[in-house]
Amino acid sequence: MRNRWVLFVPLAIMGLLFGAFIYRLTVPAETLIQSQWINKPMPLFDLPPATAGVEGLKSSQLADGKPRLVNVFASWCIPCRAEAPQLEALKAAGVPIDGIAIRDRPDDVAAFLRENGNPFDRIGSDQQSSVQIALGSSGVPETFLIDGKGIIREQIQGVILQEQVPEIVAKLEAMK
Amino acid sequence: MKLRLVLALLFASVVVPVAAQDRLPPAPYAYQQLRDPAEEAKAKELMETLRCLVCQGQSIADSDAPLAGDMRHEVRSKIAAGESPDAIRRWLVARYGNWVTYDPPLDAATALLWFGPLLFLALGGWLAFGRFRRGEADGDGEA
Repeated sequence: MRNRWVLFVPLAIMGLLFGAFIYRLTVPAETLIQSQWINKPMPLFDLPPATAGVEGLKSSQLADGKPRLVNVFASWCIPCRAEAPQLEALKAAGVPIDGIAIRDRPDDVAAFLRENGNPFDRIGSDQQSSVQIALGSSGVPETFLIDGKGIIREQIQGVILQEQVPEIVAKLEAMK
Repeated sequence: MKLRLVLALLFASVVVPVAAQDRLPPAPYAYQQLRDPAEEAKAKELMETLRCLVCQGQSIADSDAPLAGDMRHEVRSKIAAGESPDAIRRWLVARYGNWVTYDPPLDAATALLWFGPLLFLALGGWLAFGRFRRGEADGDGEA
């Protein structure tokens, strides 16, 4: 038989497969599920206030001509505390920010705001994550950039970093 | 201040899933079946083919993550409101992509999955055919 090397093809294929398996076992796949609900209007909702002394959040309030951020957070979410200074910086730069508190209790939200400051114009309480699911969001914190017409333009998953602040301000400015 | 920055960087590298740290009771339909057995059966069948977002690899029917509970509540509420399982699946796919369904649709990315077996069958047939023909040509019936 001339093409003796052909006999090694199955072995080579097995080798490649094994290599692929070992690679994926040691370097797990990207598990961040990005929202597909981008460039689409905000889902309709009407959330009650998350705690005493704040306003609730209605989807119709997000189409008032002013681009803004909607921050999905929770008092029980530790990274959300690390994000607080960046939200304060955004607010200081004139960015309107609304909040959606996920699976939260009024007392806990109040304590969170006391400890970390309150950059939010309004905070809706989403106790059964229904708005979070309607947004295609899968964790906290997440931040959505909304244009003046109430269209979701971008999703930021995880904590906003200090260096992202000017970038976000510029993006919202460009939506005006 | 420096510690804050370090913490922020640390956390930024990890999106923390909705973990079991909240202190709310589960949503009404997270662990409670629908009253109508037919509706519950429809909901269950659908939930078994929807992927949990935070405990990846489990269906929302199998997972105890709070977000999975809230998704079960969402599915059961929609079924109870008369929505069809297909419509609910489409609603979720529009938000989370095909990632969320265990019943992948036929498209460019999954074509190999659907037609792969046919492809391999054809390849096998071609190999066997070549082998039989060679056997005939040699005339010695080499096994």
